Amino acid sequence: MRLAVFGAGSVGRSVAELAGEFGHEVVGLADSSGAVVDDGGVAVEAALSTKDETGTVGDGDPADVLEADYDALVEATPTTLGDAEPGFGHVERALKRDRHVVLANKGPVAERYDNLMALAADSAGEVRFEATVAGAIPAIATIEDRGPENVPAVRGVLNGTANFILTRMAAEGLGYDHVLAEAQDLGVAEADPSFDVQGTDAGLKCVILSNLLSGGGFSLDDAEVAGIEGIPGSALELAAEDGRTVRLIGEASREGVRVGPRLVPEHGTLAVSGTINIVQIETRHGGRMNLSGRGAGGPETATAVLADVRRLSR
Amino acid sequence: MSDEAEADYRAYTVRLELEDRPGELLAALEPIADSGGNLLSIFHERGNITPRGHIPVEVDLECPPDRFPVIVDALKDAGVNVVQAGAERYGEEVVLLLVGDLVESDLSDTLSRIETCSTATVVDFSFAAGGRGGDDASARLRVAAERGTVQDAIGAVRSVAAEKDLVVIEPAGTEVAA
Repeated sequence: MRLAVFGAGSVGRSVAELAGEFGHEVVGLADSSGAVVDDGGVAVEAALSTKDETGTVGDGDPADVLEADYDALVEATPTTLGDAEPGFGHVERALKRDRHVVLANKGPVAERYDNLMALAADSAGEVRFEATVAGAIPAIATIEDRGPENVPAVRGVLNGTANFILTRMAAEGLGYDHVLAEAQDLGVAEADPSFDVQGTDAGLKCVILSNLLSGGGFSLDDAEVAGIEGIPGSALELAAEDGRTVRLIGEASREGVRVGPRLVPEHGTLAVSGTINIVQIETRHGGRMNLSGRGAGGPETATAVLADVRRLSR
Repeated sequence: MSDEAEADYRAYTVRLELEDRPGELLAALEPIADSGGNLLSIFHERGNITPRGHIPVEVDLECPPDRFPVIVDALKDAGVNVVQAGAERYGEEVVLLLVGDLVESDLSDTLSRIETCSTATVVDFSFAAGGRGGDDASARLRVAAERGTVQDAIGAVRSVAAEKDLVVIEPAGTEVAA
């Protein structure tokens, strides 16, 4: 497939780098301030070197990438809340041109799912969003494959940063602030970690799951979200007295979305360690399935994007 | 989350006194299972022989309420000495954490309010004072409730906590201890 990649952060960059290996061609690559478009195929390595040197992939107009001759647009700009712009506008343009869209950006799928699906219904293009939930883990595809109507609920650990902090606090008996600082040094937490530790990121992922289960209707405002900020180390010690530990668990169903710190058995399925994610899917007749793996990272998330591209090319 | 039909099962305790003879215990348990009861636990107090030389046995079982008299009758018909029957016990437990200014918000009042707001009983409790680097205090509560009422008990904890500005860390959806 011919791909246009909008967004050249860790995910967009990895998609562009891996596209060739997966048999695809990148015909446009844009970041927020520049772009390269080449119908004969963008020289990805050169464009990314240019970005490393100058801060942008090229001197083209990013808007031109949306008009390029591509089969699928990969939308990998940073997640924004509310109107989900500028990502939503990129998606809208691609669908109006009857092109496929593959999202890594959670904003449009979480905040404007109904608008997104209305655009897709009027387009010859399809919308896919595997990469928006749990990185490399095929959560969306598994639910679609079983039929969302056969899945009453999905829960799991969907934020690696929060999980890393809770894992370290329990294992080392360290306080929240200490472990957060360590996570920032390691690059596991961002300088402003609020999106992760306040539960917003996990909330968006659960909203996307609830939208998938119920055919829409949810946005972040409908989610009950609590984070892990300020959880005392003593809470983890008390939990351990009973063979339990604390994890930031997201729960999505047709009834609603809840994210918050929860008690789980210390050696149980949901108590994944470090930055690992787990998605637990309840099925009506097939019982419970657990999918765990890497929930973030450039190549991991790009793997999910490229799996969507592969589904589109079938 | 399970879609198994949840019949209205309740937990009961039956106290029996058995003669100290091989096979007595099995003979006492058979009528329970045969009459539709689920055995939950058996506490066989061999070291605690009654003045009449019998061994007290405490049997926890669960069954629909209308089956319970049938089970007691079956035991009596089988010649088992039933000392006490029908004291309803708690069927489910849940462990919760409370985080916040527990002392200032009157911990003992918090615990007694949880008990008055529901059929639940706080059966175990531990507490860690805050302070380290300004950390909040936390408490671990093990709450026992009659089978089928654990969600009500969690609801009671949530509402008391909300009023007192405490954070409740509850079990993940399916981890309610059976």
